[in-house]
Amino acid sequence: MLYNEPSPLETRVLSRRFGMAHSESIETYLATEGYQAFLKASKMTPDEIISEMKASNLRGRGGAGFPAGMKWSFVPRTSPKPKYIVVNADEGEPGTCKDRVLMENDPHQLIEGVLIAGLAVDAHAGWIYIRGEYRYLIDIMDRAIAEAHERGWLGKNIQGTGFDFDLYTHTGAGSYECGEESALLESLEGKRGVPRIRPPFPAVAGAFQCPTVLNNVETFCAAPAILLNGGAAFAALGIPKAGGTKLTCLTGHINKPGVYELRLGFPVKQMIEEVGGGMRNGKKLKAFIPGGSSCPVLTAAECEGATMDYDSMAQRKSMLGSGGVVIMDEDTCMVKACLRLMKFYAHESCGWCIPCREGTAWLTKIMTRFHSGGGSPQDIGLLGDIAKNMLGRTFCPLGDAAALPMISIVEKFRGEFEDHLNGKPCPYEHSNRMVTA
Amino acid sequence: MTFSPQLEARFAKLLESYPAGRQRAAMIPMLLYAQDEIGSVTDELVEEVAQRVGVTPLQVNEVVSYYSMLHREARGKYHVQVCTNISCLLHDADQLLEHTCQKLGIENHGVTPDGQFSIEEVECMGACSWAPAIQVNYDYHHFVTPEKLDRLLDGLRKKQ
Ligand SMILES: Cc1cc2nc3c(=O)[nH]c(=O)nc-3n(C[C@H](O)[C@H](O)[C@H](O)COP(=O)(O)O)c2cc1C
Ligand code: FES
Repeated sequence: MLYNEPSPLETRVLSRRFGMAHSESIETYLATEGYQAFLKASKMTPDEIISEMKASNLRGRGGAGFPAGMKWSFVPRTSPKPKYIVVNADEGEPGTCKDRVLMENDPHQLIEGVLIAGLAVDAHAGWIYIRGEYRYLIDIMDRAIAEAHERGWLGKNIQGTGFDFDLYTHTGAGSYECGEESALLESLEGKRGVPRIRPPFPAVAGAFQCPTVLNNVETFCAAPAILLNGGAAFAALGIPKAGGTKLTCLTGHINKPGVYELRLGFPVKQMIEEVGGGMRNGKKLKAFIPGGSSCPVLTAAECEGATMDYDSMAQRKSMLGSGGVVIMDEDTCMVKACLRLMKFYAHESCGWCIPCREGTAWLTKIMTRFHSGGGSPQDIGLLGDIAKNMLGRTFCPLGDAAALPMISIVEKFRGEFEDHLNGKPCPYEHSNRMVTA
Repeated sequence: MTFSPQLEARFAKLLESYPAGRQRAAMIPMLLYAQDEIGSVTDELVEEVAQRVGVTPLQVNEVVSYYSMLHREARGKYHVQVCTNISCLLHDADQLLEHTCQKLGIENHGVTPDGQFSIEEVECMGACSWAPAIQVNYDYHHFVTPEKLDRLLDGLRKKQ
């Protein structure tokens, strides 16, 4: 099922089967070059597969943007321990809803991507860690896994290649933190989702303390196209330091919200105006989150000349992130938006690291006071101070993920905080939106 | 405890899905799937899962308290989850939550006296481009308006 019309401006590589009849079935998959990349990879050496991945300039699509080929190369293939593949399908970053679309419409593409990773690092088992709310996707993936077994694309001696692989789904049970790779591994092992101290990184000691490749759904889904058409061809779709396409979720005050596959380096302006059909009700853009709520917020002015890629966003001191674009118009109360985000991080902090546990709670308390008109001028500075004291002081980046949007919003929208001082009613109340705290 | 044959089959499969000696990994899936069948995580379920995966009940409890989808108290037959995170908020999800509470006459986290409905304000559920979104049990509903919500809840009420 698709929930939005595709756009003619898309570059459909990972999404090329979306909209086909029974796109989720193995018949459709096999009829459209499905599993051919695996067969090709099965005749290559692991080093050849990894160098194709490196040539693709594919960077991790889960948020951190680490080069995928390089990550795969860190797995010690000669280790006597079994090696594992883990798919991060926890998709919890606010604004992000693209892994869902990938699994729903083309589950076999994900399975094939996992198989290719298995060949590359000599792994023979893997798990897809799917957030608990995505129960219907667990059913879809289980069905696809069963189909693949029936047709000999999973299991023992796959298609006579001599390669064995077993793949399982594993459900989460409601935790944003379990999307963080090391907390995810704890959760996979049946424990509370608290982060692990690194090093060792998952490539060396991951699932069940064995060498593990852990990537986002979209990252694995890119592997079949990369192997089939060559890393260089995939790289050429993007810009020099970032290859390929990115599934981008347009959300917020836009006419045509939806998930669109855009080449890396796509201009932000064109994305809003043409792909997204422009701002809703002809309003002006006020704020822009490039890739999930953990990214620093950009102002409309900062969006001038920006493109959707790692470097352009880094130059603006933000991040490309997960692909969850949040578009906020001129009537949005930034204090309220910020309060909602802080509540989220306070709710989801696992409580392991004190700066994150206490910091997110304090930020939420102060923001609540502020939005209800009880803030003081000192509070504005305090918000920034607390957030800056969280940065870099936690085992996992959830603390930073709360601090970065907080810092960017107080710095860039300070005036809106001042507008809320002295018990003044929220100045955006007239808009009939963003009214209640 | 006795479970349905389907759930037993699922448990059997789960216990084979992890490396030898790592059956503890099956704990969270078992708890969630069992909760779906019996309604909540009861003391009896905790004991049962502990025994099946080879840990102490305390080790199960410590996990149950961490995960927001695992709950010790029974919820309504229809658990209405309203996302109010950022993308949904920009589409008035806070007003939708308020409307849901009014419609059902209960507060956030409440259960109707007849046990049919419960409400929970939840974090992003991966439906941001089709906001505002709600989930009733595991079913997604996108682009929800107060009118659509009324129709949905009225329909469920008739079905019971
Ligand atoms: C708090 C937190 C939540 C995260 N949630 C997710 C998630 O839901 N999905 C995901 O793929 N990565 C998530 N990540 C990033 C993962 O830690 C990891 O970098 C990623 O899965 C690696 O895959 P990639 O290199 O293919 O992106 C999260 C990170 C943090 C700190
Ligand atoms: S913000 Fe509501 S579904 Fe993502």
